[in-house]
Amino acid sequence: MPNATIIALIPLLPLAGFLLLGLFGRKYLKTSSGIIGTALLLTSTILALYTAYEYFFVYGKVNGIYQQLTPLKITWLEFSKGVSIDMGLMIDPISVMMLVVVTLVSLMVHIYSIGYMKGEERFSTYYAFLGLFTFSMLGLVLSTNIFQIYIFWELVGVSSFLLIGYYYNKPSAVAASKKAFIVTRFADLGFLIGILILSYCSGTLDFATLIQRLTSPESNEFKTAVTYSFLGASALTWGAALVFIGGAGKSAMFPLHIWLPDAMEGPTPVSALIHAATMVVAGVYLVARLFPVFAITTPAVLEIIGWVGAISAIIAAVIACTQTDIKRVLAYSTMSQIGYMMFALGVAKYGAEPALGYTASMFHLFTHAMFKALLFLGAGAVIHYVHSNEMNDMGGLRKYMPITHITFLIACLAIAGVPPFAGFFSKEEILLAAYQDNMAIYWIALITSGITAFYMFRLYFTIFWNKPHHAHGEKHGEGGFVMMLPLVILGIGAAAAGFIPFGEFVSSDGRPLESHFHLQFSILPVALGLAGILLAMWLYYKQNDKPAKLASSLGGLYKAAYHKFYIDEIYLFVTKKILFNLVGRPAAWFDRNVVDGFINLTGNTTQAVSEGIKKVQSGKVQQYAIYFLGGVIVLAVLFIYIWK
Amino acid sequence: MTIEPGLYHLLFISTALFFIGVYGFFTRRNLITMLMSIELILNSVNLNFIAFDKYLWPGKMDGLFFTVFIIAIAAAEAAVAIAIIINLYRSHQSIDVENAEDLKY
Repeated sequence: MPNATIIALIPLLPLAGFLLLGLFGRKYLKTSSGIIGTALLLTSTILALYTAYEYFFVYGKVNGIYQQLTPLKITWLEFSKGVSIDMGLMIDPISVMMLVVVTLVSLMVHIYSIGYMKGEERFSTYYAFLGLFTFSMLGLVLSTNIFQIYIFWELVGVSSFLLIGYYYNKPSAVAASKKAFIVTRFADLGFLIGILILSYCSGTLDFATLIQRLTSPESNEFKTAVTYSFLGASALTWGAALVFIGGAGKSAMFPLHIWLPDAMEGPTPVSALIHAATMVVAGVYLVARLFPVFAITTPAVLEIIGWVGAISAIIAAVIACTQTDIKRVLAYSTMSQIGYMMFALGVAKYGAEPALGYTASMFHLFTHAMFKALLFLGAGAVIHYVHSNEMNDMGGLRKYMPITHITFLIACLAIAGVPPFAGFFSKEEILLAAYQDNMAIYWIALITSGITAFYMFRLYFTIFWNKPHHAHGEKHGEGGFVMMLPLVILGIGAAAAGFIPFGEFVSSDGRPLESHFHLQFSILPVALGLAGILLAMWLYYKQNDKPAKLASSLGGLYKAAYHKFYIDEIYLFVTKKILFNLVGRPAAWFDRNVVDGFINLTGNTTQAVSEGIKKVQSGKVQQYAIYFLGGVIVLAVLFIYIWK
Repeated sequence: MTIEPGLYHLLFISTALFFIGVYGFFTRRNLITMLMSIELILNSVNLNFIAFDKYLWPGKMDGLFFTVFIIAIAAAEAAVAIAIIINLYRSHQSIDVENAEDLKY
């Protein structure tokens, strides 16, 4: 059986790090906080790997099915009999998988940051925030009920706000952190309402019970729930859709993605942690966690999820081709890959073979965490070396940064879907799932995978080949052992993670899923990917004017993509022009004149009356005595003649 | 010819005493005089108690005891009042009530 103490320690160790470094770090542990944070997380990672081993190979499987286990459950707030908010730990294939991913990527980021953030003024604060973030993410993954996940969901939001705004004296970073927080909070409002609807319909907050009640048409709760409806859709559909809005906000799905590119203002390792492996996949994880509800009860919502994912994937890929800031390119590529995971869930059905999309989505989440973290950390090394985010300032770096070059190349090949790197396997599975379910989404995905290969290699060639490098950064070299070690470890992961027989471990119903490998099916995506790579090579291998010419020949499309399809502008228009003018101003007028007016009237009247009667209190004893006598006489008259 | 004093005689005296006291309290400006007026009011009440005790419930001691209590309280009250008046004199160099109207709005 699972050992609750060990599993509880996995999130609690980073929390301990947060408390220790947050309280005492700046004064006493200024230089050693990196080591302390990393050591705590290393312990967490080892425990997570141990738990994964134990779960998958020792006790997790009963009769060939992976069980959902809750080694710990404490009632925290009891509302009434049967309805309570619990705090607990849930162990099932996806949560164990996420434990490994989160701790591993976070550990890499911790190690890397020792070098990258060296000499920062708020070094220990940085590690405290990293610990808090890791704690919240691990807590989210292990949640046993929908309310616990919401608590940790918000904690993730807060800690990402702190990390994105780490350079708090930089106005753009402050604006970016606010934007990230507000946009995700806005989406979380939907999530909260969704939680309320789903838990009201099912009469419970617990995941297992909720799923069991809302997916079996015989249960009383299900029979009652389907009788509610609003605007032509049933309450369950609304609930599921609203929960998905929360997930879409965190996972930067179109049209709630606007915070993600701006969030690149944080330190680069933070981008690797938040935007590659952890926070942005929280939405995918949420959909996967409630997958039976989506798949069995509300297929319409699942269809929406599929389309939102597909649209996000292609839009982000197109925008990524035109950006010049390397972190922004990676940000859009993240959004695109998360789109892949989303629509993979969207095209899946519950149970056995048609649930391939579910397995594929989780598989892609796993491999993507490896190669995207690697890409961000590699980009961090490059930025560290040239002191600029702009692609134009780079070029010809392959001789100066050999390790970064090789690992970056591996990551690019992985994300482009070139066999035998990790991304190939997961992407093939996703495409296969889409092919079996929805041809339109399949074609979108296919085109996106070609574009992905193109923009990743555009990045690769511009950084490492293109024009010769004007050496100026040799003094600190590539960044030392602590920065190269994570790159190498993740490089191995990105190269080899695809060979894990993922379907064996993770599937929608816990039964192992055999993944078939179709050679003829893979030809088209791989060919498209190679075409993208060759196109990028032709355009960016040497410095020339072909890209500029191509851009001008595309004209409007290029301009639109360069400006991110004006989505930020649309948001500004909607908020500033429409919301502020049509709603905000009248509301402000009403508040200032009517509400304030009423309050002022009350105050003024009271003041005028008291001004009039205050003369009564004259300080003359005999006057008081006369009032008193008058009162006594009046009372005497009343008692004698009226109230006999 | 002598008139045996009855209840109404005594009540008349006590009422007269009461209103003399009230009049004195309202018209005098000297605090000592006002205190004396209050003593008159108290004693008119005492007289009432004695009168009712003697004519309505003869042989019972209730009225007498009340009177004794009131005299004791009046003594305490006089001590407190004179202490206040002395303090007032120290701070204001006057015991005129018109000069003691600082406690107002």
